[in-house]
Amino acid sequence: MALLEVSGLSAFYRDFQALRNVSMSIDAGQIVAVIGANGAGKSTLLNSIAGLIDVDRSCIRLDGESTGGLRPSSLVGRGISLVPEGRRLFPSLSVEENLLIGGHLGRRGPWNLERIFALFPALEERRHQRSTSLSGGQQQMVAIGRALMSNPRVLLCDELSLGLAPIIIKNLYAQLPAIVAEGVSIVVVEQDVVQAMMATSYVYCLHEGRVSLEGRCAALDRDNLKSAYFGV
Amino acid sequence: MQWVNAVMQGVLLGGLYALFAAGLSLIFGVMGLVNVAHGDLIVLFAYMAYFAAELLGIGPFASLLCVVPVAAVIGYVLQRGVLNRTLGADLPPLLVTFGLSVIIQNVLLIFCTADSRKLQSGTFELASWKVTEGLSVGLLPLTQFLCAVIMIAGVQALFYRTALGRAFRATSDDPSVAQLMGLETKHIFGLALALSLALAAVAGVFMGIRRSFDPSSGPLMLIFGFEAIIIGGMGSLWGTLAGGIVLGVAQTVGAQIDVAWPILAGHVAFLLVLLIRPQGLFPKVFR
Amino acid sequence: MIGQGADGPVYRVSHMDKSSRVGLVLVALLIVVFVATPFWGDRQTMRLLCEVFSYIALASLWNLLAGYAGLVSVGQQAFVGLGGYALFLVGLWADRNPLLGVPVAGIVAVLAAIPIAFLLFRLRGPYFTIGSWVIAEVFQQVFLQVDAVGGGSGISLPAAIVRLIATGRDAREYLVYWIFLAMMVVIVALIVLLLRSRWGLALTAIRDNELAAVSNGIDVKLTRLVVFVVAAGGTAMVGAMIFLQKMTITPVSGFSMNNWTVNVIFMTVIGGIGRVEGPIIGAVIFFVLREMLADLGSVYLVLLGLTAIVVMLWAPKGIWGYLADRHGWQIFPLSRYFEIPGKEAARAPEMDRVP
Repeated sequence: MALLEVSGLSAFYRDFQALRNVSMSIDAGQIVAVIGANGAGKSTLLNSIAGLIDVDRSCIRLDGESTGGLRPSSLVGRGISLVPEGRRLFPSLSVEENLLIGGHLGRRGPWNLERIFALFPALEERRHQRSTSLSGGQQQMVAIGRALMSNPRVLLCDELSLGLAPIIIKNLYAQLPAIVAEGVSIVVVEQDVVQAMMATSYVYCLHEGRVSLEGRCAALDRDNLKSAYFGV
Repeated sequence: MQWVNAVMQGVLLGGLYALFAAGLSLIFGVMGLVNVAHGDLIVLFAYMAYFAAELLGIGPFASLLCVVPVAAVIGYVLQRGVLNRTLGADLPPLLVTFGLSVIIQNVLLIFCTADSRKLQSGTFELASWKVTEGLSVGLLPLTQFLCAVIMIAGVQALFYRTALGRAFRATSDDPSVAQLMGLETKHIFGLALALSLALAAVAGVFMGIRRSFDPSSGPLMLIFGFEAIIIGGMGSLWGTLAGGIVLGVAQTVGAQIDVAWPILAGHVAFLLVLLIRPQGLFPKVFR
Repeated sequence: MIGQGADGPVYRVSHMDKSSRVGLVLVALLIVVFVATPFWGDRQTMRLLCEVFSYIALASLWNLLAGYAGLVSVGQQAFVGLGGYALFLVGLWADRNPLLGVPVAGIVAVLAAIPIAFLLFRLRGPYFTIGSWVIAEVFQQVFLQVDAVGGGSGISLPAAIVRLIATGRDAREYLVYWIFLAMMVVIVALIVLLLRSRWGLALTAIRDNELAAVSNGIDVKLTRLVVFVVAAGGTAMVGAMIFLQKMTITPVSGFSMNNWTVNVIFMTVIGGIGRVEGPIIGAVIFFVLREMLADLGSVYLVLLGLTAIVVMLWAPKGIWGYLADRHGWQIFPLSRYFEIPGKEAARAPEMDRVP
């Protein structure tokens, strides 16, 4: 049985339908990519899984249990953690405080302050600085670390590469295997297709709210991917 | 020498005003809500202390033990039951708390009449400490000032050194993302108002010992607290303490010039700060 | 307003619709009835109507300030009292018909409102609200202290001056009554015209999205200043008439928060904030309830407060707002329609709503 199962998910913003009948599954220990153009519904998908959008109860199942539409605060308790698009660190909190608040619920697991600093050494020497005074790449590290502090079973990453230089992006993605090794499954939403395909084993392509293509990264044809991405 | 005395009294009075302001400022910081009924709640808690003292035969300081917890519960229930529904726009919280203010004043009027009351703390009220020739400091105001400083330090410590304080700050920064951390924003806001009203309860008891009060005394408490916040600068409780002191001194010095002028002198000080340095005397720079 | 296309007029913006046609006819009938009140009503009825008209005027001005310009002031009593005192002082010094004091009151208030706005506009949102309260308190304190204006005991208008209004007690009563009626009609009419104009569109834009309004070239500060000053002037003139009728003013009565702000706010909120009809409906409800419940004083205020809170939480557009939205009514022609010749009128989405 898959760890996280999305079946026939539809999501709406007021009258606008952002997701149409999306299905997806993630196994334990897997890294999965969701790609697509702007407005394809990638963030909406993650936000729905994380509870920020109200959806039908049975459309999302974690470990067999229906979790669709539950509140974000209770989903974190069950092991779903979101790294939001644009980082969205807390400006009033220092780096360390941002991390600590990620661990607010006190879920058991391997992740704590020391482990996060071991994963991202650059953060340790800046731990008492205001989180918003860090560089973009470092802020992204804080955002990931903050999500990890809740010891999730599924980590949802929304556009890690946004606004970052290629080498920084590469370094970030290089840490993902270490995270998976600790028993966390990851869903990565990306506009940077190449990077996404390099880091993950399975990819879903969204177009106008639908899954237009899915498959093992190695097996996907370049041209098929292009058509699926742009909807042609 | 009487001027020095006046200034001294003003400084100590400032502590009380800072207490009026602390609860108000806390709520605005955490959820951007200004509780127009804050002054009336201070008066309500003073009345509670009065009746607790009458019924249980205890002194006003002891009445704090029952009034403060009750105030905290009222704050939590009020936030979750009513005020949480108003957040999101400017107008509803203003008008709802305004309505609350009118309701509290008139309910007090109905049940307690317009007679003014005072909390008695016995001889302690009259005790004073003679610092030098011609300069004495009342023990009651001194105690209240010290308590105010301790409470402000306590709230600052809560906000900056505890998990709850982190939760307050995170929720005020970004309520949606705070939810992603497992924080229940409705609950956090409830706790914030509970703390705010607990501070208001202490303020009410202190105020009630110092001067007589009646159902219509609320608005003036609100205004003093508000003036302390604006004079001191928003964003920092220590700034509010400074603002309260400036306000207190303006009032006592004004009273020295003419016995009928203290309140007006305070307003003038406030207007001057608004005119010359609208961000306040000690505003917090970030955000 | 006619839009030009390549081959001539393509569309027109109009404001009238069926319900406002009906509404305006009703309003016109009511005005006729009220003009004729001296002939069918007694002195008590006229006095009561004067009170209703003055509150409709005050509430409409407050609605313009708070519901449209977003300036929630709880200190308008400052201008009510200022207007009253200005009229009395003019009446005492000039030794002429005290009605001349009404426009003077307006001018005095406008002049005072400018520096007040200068100070108050430094405060945002809820802090502006409390700041306005402080200003009103300052006015009250100042008038209490200054003996030249009667200090705590205030001023009374001597009978000799009162007699200058008109000859004969009846004539005086009728004249004062008609002035109240005229005042209310003019104020409401001016508000409607203002809202139909470009200024009105600017106000709605500011209310809906200030940043967008600024980037569209709307001078937000100036618009708000104009509204604040106009409201102050109107409020003061109404205040002048109110106290002329009472013939005596004190700092407590002149700057009474309960009378000139609490009642006004509750009326507007319950009737419907952000719509021109709101304060009028609210005032009517207020007075009907007051007559029904007889003067219960504090209990009445508690009930009003509870009603206002309930309305704000569950029907924030007020009673009129709720009805108007449900049935698409309007009395005053204020919505904006596109009329394309030959096609059915397409109504612009609801523009006069509180967000």
